[in-house]
Order: sequence, then C-alpha cells, then structure tokens
Amino acid sequence: MDKLWLIIKREYLTRVTRRSFILATLLTPLAFGLFFVVAGLIFQYESDDSRRIAIIDEGNIFDRSIKDEENLYFKFVDTDLETLRQNFDDFDYDGILVVPKVKDVMATRHTIYYYADKQPSLDIDALIRDRVRGQMRDYKIEALQLDPQQLEAIDTRIELEPEPIDDESADASKLTGAIAAGIGGIMGIIMYIVVFIYGMMVMRSVMEEKTSRIVEVMISSVRPFQLMLGKIVGVGAVGLTQVAIWAILIPIIILVSSLLFGIDSSAQMEMAQQQPGAANFNPEDTEAMVALAIEEFKSLNWWLILPMFIFFFLGGYFLYSSMFAAVGSAMGDDLGEGQSLTIPITIPVILAFYIMIVAIQAPNSSLAVWSSIFPLFSPIVMPARLAFSPPVWEVVLSVVLLAATAIFFVWLSGRIYRVGILMYGKKVTLKELGKWLFYKD
Amino acid sequence: MKAYEKHVAVNDVSFEVPAGSIFGLLGPNGAGKTSLIRIITTITRADEGTVFLDGEKLNSRHPEEIGYMPEERGLYRKMKVGEHLTYLARLKGLSATDAKAKISGWMEKFGIEDWWDKKVEELSKGMQQKIQFIATVVHEPKLLILDEPFSGLDPVNTNLIKDEIHSLRGKGMSIIFSTHRMEQVEEICEHIVLINKGENVLEGKVSAVKDRFKQNLFELEYEGELPEGLLERAKVIDQQPGRLTVQVAETTESNTLLRAMLDRGVFVKRFQEILPTLNEIFIRQVN
Repeated sequence: MDKLWLIIKREYLTRVTRRSFILATLLTPLAFGLFFVVAGLIFQYESDDSRRIAIIDEGNIFDRSIKDEENLYFKFVDTDLETLRQNFDDFDYDGILVVPKVKDVMATRHTIYYYADKQPSLDIDALIRDRVRGQMRDYKIEALQLDPQQLEAIDTRIELEPEPIDDESADASKLTGAIAAGIGGIMGIIMYIVVFIYGMMVMRSVMEEKTSRIVEVMISSVRPFQLMLGKIVGVGAVGLTQVAIWAILIPIIILVSSLLFGIDSSAQMEMAQQQPGAANFNPEDTEAMVALAIEEFKSLNWWLILPMFIFFFLGGYFLYSSMFAAVGSAMGDDLGEGQSLTIPITIPVILAFYIMIVAIQAPNSSLAVWSSIFPLFSPIVMPARLAFSPPVWEVVLSVVLLAATAIFFVWLSGRIYRVGILMYGKKVTLKELGKWLFYKD
Repeated sequence: MKAYEKHVAVNDVSFEVPAGSIFGLLGPNGAGKTSLIRIITTITRADEGTVFLDGEKLNSRHPEEIGYMPEERGLYRKMKVGEHLTYLARLKGLSATDAKAKISGWMEKFGIEDWWDKKVEELSKGMQQKIQFIATVVHEPKLLILDEPFSGLDPVNTNLIKDEIHSLRGKGMSIIFSTHRMEQVEEICEHIVLINKGENVLEGKVSAVKDRFKQNLFELEYEGELPEGLLERAKVIDQQPGRLTVQVAETTESNTLLRAMLDRGVFVKRFQEILPTLNEIFIRQVN
C-alpha cells in the first residue's frame, strides 16, 4: 500500500510540475476567453462605415418620418431619380432608395430599388427591408381600415408547459429540457475528452517506461499491478486537477473578459436567434427567459448530479485508461505499429459520443436508457442524462455495473500488462493479448 | 522450471549461492539467464521449483532484500537524479530520511555530489550507469544481482564499480554476477554455474571447475638439448626451440617427467601446469 502511494505520488507530481502541464492548464481557459472575446466582437460587429441614404418615397408611405440608425442616416428627398443618379458623385449620398407607389393594397410583394455604386451590405439590406416592411404594414392597416388591436389578437404565441402525470414527480418547466440538454451535452463532451486525453496519457507513459527499460527495475521492487494501478490513479488525479482548475478558471475568465471588453452575451444569443426556426423571438421575452433559466439551473439536483458526474468520470476513466495501459504495455518502440490496437478502445468511445448527442434530444428513448446502463457507454451517456432526472433504478444499475466492470477491466488489463511490459521485439496482435490473459505468473 | 508458451526457458536448474560470495551466472545468449534472474528477483514466478533466500522460501518481502541491475538499463529521463534515487530507494522500503542520507553517502563516494538536481537525460550513458548502480545497492540488499554491470563503462569506472563490488562482498552481501565476458568472471567470481539451453551444465568453485576440466597440460622452458627418449611417455602438443607443451596421462606423471629432465641435466627455466581458462571450458561445454 505504501509503495502504491509512492507510485501515485510520483506519477502525479512529475506531471503537475511539468511546464507543459502548467501551460496547458492555464492557457486552455485563456484560449477559451480569447475565443469568447473574439466571437463576441464578431457578433457585435456591424458595419462601421457611416452611410447616408436618400429616400424617394413615391407613394408617401413613410409620411416623411424614419428613424436614423447608428451609422446610417436617411434623408427624404424630392429631387427626381434621374437628377440624383446623374449627379450621384456631387450629392453626398451613399445610396438612393426608391420606394414605388403601392398599386394594389392586397399584393403581398412589393419591390423597392436601391441605387448605389456599392452593393448594400447584408445588415443594411436587412435593416432597410425591415423598416419598409413595418411601415408598409401600418400603411396597409390604414388603407384597408383594419383594427390594429384585432390584428394583434390574431397572432397567438403558443407555449407548451410540461406537467407530471402524478403529483409525486417534480414539476418541470418548459425550460427544463433545454437546460438539461445543455448541461448533459457539456458533461458528455467533457467525459469524452477526459477519456481520450488521459487514457492516451496513461498509454504513452506505459510505453515510455517499457521502451526506456525502467520497467524491469521497477517491477523488481513492486508488483506490475501496483505499477499500473499507481499510474492510472496518478494520471487520474492529474485529470481531476486539470478539469477542476478549468471549471473554476473558464467561467472567471469569461466573466472578466466580458466585463473588460463590454461583450454582452445576449449579442451571441440574438445571433443564434436569427437562425431560421428561432425567428420571431421577442427581445422582451429574453430577459424573462434568462431569469427562468437561472431559476431552473438552480433547481436542478446538483447534490446528485455533481457526485454522480465525478463517479462516472472516475469509472469511465478507470475502465478506459486500464485498457489503454494494457495496449501501451504491448506496444514496442514503434508507435504506429501499435496504433491499430487502440482502435477497439476508441470505437466504443466514439459510439458513446454519438449516442450521447442523440440522448440529450431524446433522453428517455430506449437507446439512451440502455446505453446509459451499458458500462462501455454509460460514462459518457449517463452524465448527459443526469440533468433529465432519470429513474433511480437506472442510475443505480448503471453505477453498479460500471463499478464492477471498471474493477474487472483493471484486473484484466493488469494481466495483459504484466506480460506485455517484459515482451520485446514481438509484433503483438489482439489474439496475442487474449492469450496473455491466461498466462501464469 | 519456467515454461513460456511451447518453450521451456529454464528447466531443472539447481545451484546454491554461498552467502557472502561472488557468484558467476554464465551461459550463452538465450540460455535462460534472464528468465532465471527474473524468477530470483520475483519478477516472474517459477512454474515448478523453489528459490530459497537465506533459508526462506521466496516471498513478497524479499524484493526489499534484493538489488537487481538488469542488462537493459533505464531510468526516468525527466526526473532529477536525487529524486529518482530517493524514489527507487523508498520503493525498496527505505524511509525518506534514510534514503537521502544513504544516497548522499554514495554520491560522495563516487564524487558526484553535485548531480543531485541534474536531470537524468543530461547525463551520459556511463554516468547513468553509476546512478543505476547506486540505485541497485542503496538499500543494502542481502542479494545483489548484476547483469553485465560493466558494459558501456570506461576502464576507470569499471575499476570503480569492481572495487565497490568487492567491498560489498566484504560486508557480507551475496552477489550474482551474470555475464559472458569470461575474463571478468575469472577475475571476480569465486563460484560459477554454467547454464545452457535452460539446464545447468556445471557448477562449483572456479578452482574446482578448472581442476575438473584440466587436461594435464604442462608447459616448460629449458636450455640445451632434450635427450632422446625423454618424452616417450608424454604426448607433445607443441614444440618450439627452448619451449615445449606436453600432455601427460596423469598429474603425477609430471613429477616423473620433471625429475627425469633434471636427472639428465636439462636446465629447466620454467615448469607449469596449464589450467583451462573459463573461456575454453565455456566454449567446450556449450558446443
């Protein structure tokens, strides 16, 4: 036990004190912050050149009033189009907008003309169309003698409020699904990255020990199993440390940078809402939604989700990194040669990742349910489902199965490892690994 | 006995290493030396048979009483020398303070006190070998197993390590020395075992082994003429002016031959039995 502790300590300390670790741990959140700032600035960016636009309002739809926009100034002119066009350079206009008379009030299409030496940019194009549409609406309401209030009443916003079938279950609000999907997705992605980064780290480290031949000295002092377990636990602790630091630093950096650069995260939200399908989003609603989201976020059962997340983190990590350790022990100096051995490990991880993406959309589908119980997938799929409050029996079954499988795989890998680390100059196949399982000590 | 899949590496090898002696474990490449050493160092277990250390069956406490320097050596390249040695010593059961004191002592002895904070990868191969040697002996094991300890060392460092081996033996450490450099065995070892194809071929004190394989060869140097008929009972192996190598039927015959020469007035400058070198014995036994 003492020796195992010594090994864990060395594996942990040599890694966390390495310059590359410190850099990666600190630079990743900074990179996130930078990405956030850049993305924020990009979304906030509107054309910075000011434009002056002359409007020829042939049908007097605007009644000579239009609001100026930042960097965009409108002016109604009475000069005729031909004069304006011919003397375009003398007038200090960037464009001439011609809004023709409305001939048929019932027409649903109306073409307006924009004369300029340069194409209108997308945001100007959108802005102009938006202005004219709004004005056209008011114009038509008047022309058709409609009642604006009645018109208002026609449009109905439908909200779906999920209600539990019995009184015991928690009442979910309409946002629960979205929030849970967000958290589930993030957790699933973290698990996926963790398994790969740290599993690979274990594999590379086992390989180095073997090729540098230190391993023979080591196992004349400790059991191969102790060495392998010590390495897995040590690297796992490194992983927890790194993820914990990121979990603290990334939100802080994003908060600080948004304050420093005055980035409003709702700018990004607005951008997202301009995507098709998310249209007709009332800005006034956004605030209420955010408040509700925060409420929802708080109401999630974090006392269950966080410990469970750590459990699945460790379970998945032990399960996969022990397999990576076994493969690492079988590899020789040639990294490329052994690479094919990692394929059987990476396939379930990648499959689990895709199932996870489906699972956050349909968390109670039978695919999601059974995948979150199957131990090779559960470390990635179950954390993604946790925020949807899955039935207790599913979580318990998943936990028990994962714990048992992880222990079994560590033991199994230990049997391959002890043979692999002493085997040199042999091209190893999967079949060979299977045989090693049954070798006597 | 140790068998790997369809291949028996070590079979029916039995020998005894006298406490406090230097013991040569000899054998050609692929004879099963490494497999045998791995059994003794508890790295692997024998399928059949037992190893006793100090009269006790090999058990899980024994690794701390064994120091093993494998032929293929390696250290963690990124670690600092002091840290590395402390780590290995602690894995052998030394306390942190104990380990530090002993390592410092050894580094002083080798004149490398200022290497403590150097990284292993900054050291040359020979320098790393010194570190490896310290790592092997720092916990004062009862049994020391050295596999080709001098390979890659310059003559100065070879002597340094050789002296240390002798002085450790003087402190009562038993040393198994594995090599196929026979002149080193001859120089250092008191006992040997020779294994070939996984079986032991011969075993015993170096002097006894040589005695067993001697061919009653004698070399003599003389002045003057050799009288007729003097050599009729001996087989001449090699004859040059003033020098002669003969083989006699029995060791005692040599005295008869010498006496006859002296009686006949031959001036004998040198008369010496030629014992086979371990190299010769090795080659003869292995082929």
